[in-house]
This record gives sequence, structure tokens and C-alpha cells, in this order.
Amino acid sequence: MPAPNPSVEPQPAARPKLVAKDVNVYYGQKHALKNVNLTMNDGEVTALIGPSGCGKSTFLRCLNRMNDTIEGCRVEGDITLDGHDIIRGVDPVQLRARVGMVFQRPNPFPKSIYDNVAFGPRVHRLTERKDELDEIVVNSLKRAGLFEEVKDRLDAIGTGLSGGQQQRLCIARAIAVSPEVILMDEPCSALDPIATAKVEELMDELRETYTLIIVTHSMQQAARVSQRTAFFHLGSLIESGMTEQIFTNPKEKLTQGYITGRFG
Amino acid sequence: MEPHIVKSFDEALNVLHQQVSRMGALAEHQLTLAIEALVSRNDDLAHKIIQADAEIDALEASANEQVLRVLALRAPVADDLRVVITALKVAGDLERIADYAANIAKRALVLNTQPVILPSVRPLQTLGKLVLSLLSEILTAYEEPNPEKALAAWKRDQEVDAQYSSLFRELLTYMMEDPRNITPCSHLLFIAKNIERIGDHATNIAEMAYFLATGNSIEGVRPKNDTSTKA
Repeated sequence: MPAPNPSVEPQPAARPKLVAKDVNVYYGQKHALKNVNLTMNDGEVTALIGPSGCGKSTFLRCLNRMNDTIEGCRVEGDITLDGHDIIRGVDPVQLRARVGMVFQRPNPFPKSIYDNVAFGPRVHRLTERKDELDEIVVNSLKRAGLFEEVKDRLDAIGTGLSGGQQQRLCIARAIAVSPEVILMDEPCSALDPIATAKVEELMDELRETYTLIIVTHSMQQAARVSQRTAFFHLGSLIESGMTEQIFTNPKEKLTQGYITGRFG
Repeated sequence: MEPHIVKSFDEALNVLHQQVSRMGALAEHQLTLAIEALVSRNDDLAHKIIQADAEIDALEASANEQVLRVLALRAPVADDLRVVITALKVAGDLERIADYAANIAKRALVLNTQPVILPSVRPLQTLGKLVLSLLSEILTAYEEPNPEKALAAWKRDQEVDAQYSSLFRELLTYMMEDPRNITPCSHLLFIAKNIERIGDHATNIAEMAYFLATGNSIEGVRPKNDTSTKA
């Protein structure tokens, strides 16, 4: 019997979207991220995993300058979006229109479903016309897989939706300003398994149009939704690679120990 | 490797691996006894071997159940997943090996009703010993697990193929010499084939041992030395 050939998945052609080079982050004296180098590709979901306090959320927040708001936080190194520096010399508000974010707990505004989605386009003055705004809202809700469930009550308050619907509303809100990258920080940790499945299915569809980067504590979720996985530990990027490789044959002992539940 | 945070997970994996290792020891023992029963023309021993096969079947069924449970409840990844997957496959190979050993015992019973001891029982014993030593090395490689030992034993299967081919020709010669040899020689031929197939299953286990230890499959195609199909 011939030896089994190692199954080699055709690797997707990588188009670098966000590139981090020698990124260091300090919170005052605390060195939170140490020399992180990571490339995140267009058309892929990149999962950032690691134990609490490993720096994965800190890294995610560097990607749309959310760390700017934290006092004493200093970011060094280079992060480029399509080759352009985003750490210096770019307006964070403009950057966040290109790099949207979805948070752990759904946080819709206490406004109508319609106004939640229309909020970004209005702020960024994407259109002055009502019919165009309507179209953006409907399309965003459709892309977020929520439209069918709320089409008869767009003027109902967004916070009245179920948890899973609220999270998809937040995704619709992020999509409405036509971002290129969507960052998700534990987007399903407050959701039940069905709502989680819907969000995961949505991520798989969204990655065709957007670059997705997700922080998750669920190993299974990282394995299910991402094409690439990066493992952080104590502020360092220990290993990154194709998700299949990370979960079947990680190179580093630390990665293996973490994903198999040998240390926390 | 460090223990898991959840201790019962370690226990489940250890129990599974140990049970498959125990199956290996039993299958090896069955083959040892089968060759002994053949050479010593011992009916009692042959009957014992045939009866003992049920125990290995039961161990395989239990290993399968454990694999199913661990996959469903623990969703193992990386090296843990390899422990589970290789246990499933190795248990299957061992069950087949034990089946072949039992079949050798059954044929030994038939051969014992025949008056003549053919000279080719000796080379069959040699083939059996070769496969036994190979199986023993491979089971150690799986138990540890040790990729170097697995690879070394894996490469040795061509010795089995070469011996089997030469035995095949020898038995053909006896059958051509005297038609009365055809019945016993046919059984001996099937026994030789059983032993050769045990070698193939042992090689599969070597591949699993290598995969378990490294996460990679043994590269390239195993060298073949079985020319009996061209005879």
C-alpha cells in the first residue's frame, strides 16, 4: 500500500491588506505587545487567539487606532493599510470608516434600527439623498443577514432586538460606511449557539468583500471561521499560519499547549 | 507533554492509547501461538487461539466507542486529535491481524488431519518470525511513540515481501511434484499470505505511529518486493 500523501490544501493567493511590522505597545511602563509582525490578507478571516492578557485585543485595537483613547498608551512600529501608514499622519475618524469594528457585547444606539445603520453614512456624509440612504440601510441589513427579520419594523428601537439580532445590527452598522476591514472583538461571546452560527456564516460571506480580523476565546470558532490564525502569549506573537496547520500540527509547543487545553 | 487542565481528558486519552497498546500485545501473542500451533501440530492450542479472537474484537469495539465519545465531547485538536485518530485506525489494523492469526489456527487444524509434514513448514515459521519481530518493533514504536523506530520497521516490510515471494514459488514446486500435495500446500499458501498481510497491517501501524509522533505522513511510497504476482 502506498504511503498516504500529505493532503496539501491549495493555499489561497495571499493579498496583503494590513501589515504590522515590529509593533510594540506600552501602557505606561507595561510592555503589552512585543515586536509583533503579522500580515492580514484580503479575502481571509484572520483569527487572533491566546489567553487573557496576551495582547490580542491590544493588537486588534491598534488596527483602527482605538488605543489612541487610552491614556498612557504608546504604539511603536509600523502598521500599513494597503501600504499606507495608519499609525501616524492619518485621521482616526477617516481610518475607522475604512476599518470598522464590532464589539463583544452588542452595542446598538438607543435609536431605531434604521437610524442605527444610517448613523455612519450620515456622519461621514456618504449621501445627502433620502432614497440613497434608504438603499444603504437596506443593503447593509441584507448583507448582515438581518433584513428579513426586521423589514417590517425599521423604526423599532434597535436595543429591543434579541442579542443575536443586535449583534447583526452592529455588523450592519459597521458595513454601512463601506469599510475595507472589519475588526471583531469576541463578537459571539454573548450570543447563543444559533445566533453564533448565523454570525459565523455571515463572516464567511463577508470575507469575500472585506478583510476580517477576529479576536476569539473559542478555539473551535477560530478553527471554524478563519483561514489564518495568530497565537499570542504574554504580548508576543508566538506563531501564525494557515488555520488548518495551526490546529492539526502547530510548530510551537506553546501553541500546542494552548489549543489543546494544557495551560490557560 | 504537560497534562491537560481538565484531568479527565488526559485520562480518556490515556485509557484509549493503553487499550490499543494492549490490543497490540494480544494480537502479537495470537500470532506467536498460531505459528507455534502450526509447527507443533497442536489442535488444543489452535482451538484456544480461535476462541481468544473474540476478546480482541471486543477491545476494538470498545476502542471505537471511546473514540466516538472523545471526538463528540472533547473536540480534540493537534496532538490530541492524532492520539484519537491513530487509535481508531490502529485498532482496526490490529483486529485484522488477530483475524489472520485465527485463520492460521483454523488452517493448522485442517493441516493436522493430513499425514505429511511438508518441508515448507520451516520457511513458513521463518516468515512468521520475521513478521512477528516487525510487529513487535512497530508496536513499541506506536506505544512510545517513536518516529525513528516506526520508520526503520516500516522500511523492513520488503524483507517480508521477498520471503513471501520465494515461499510462493517453493510451494508451487511441491504441488507440481505431487498432486497429493495440492490440498496441504494450498492451506500453507493461504497461511503464508495471511502472514504477509499481517506484515502489511503492521506497516500501516508504523505509518500511524510516525504520524502520531510527528504530525506528518511517511514520505514516498513504501518499497515493494513482492514478485509473486509475476510468477
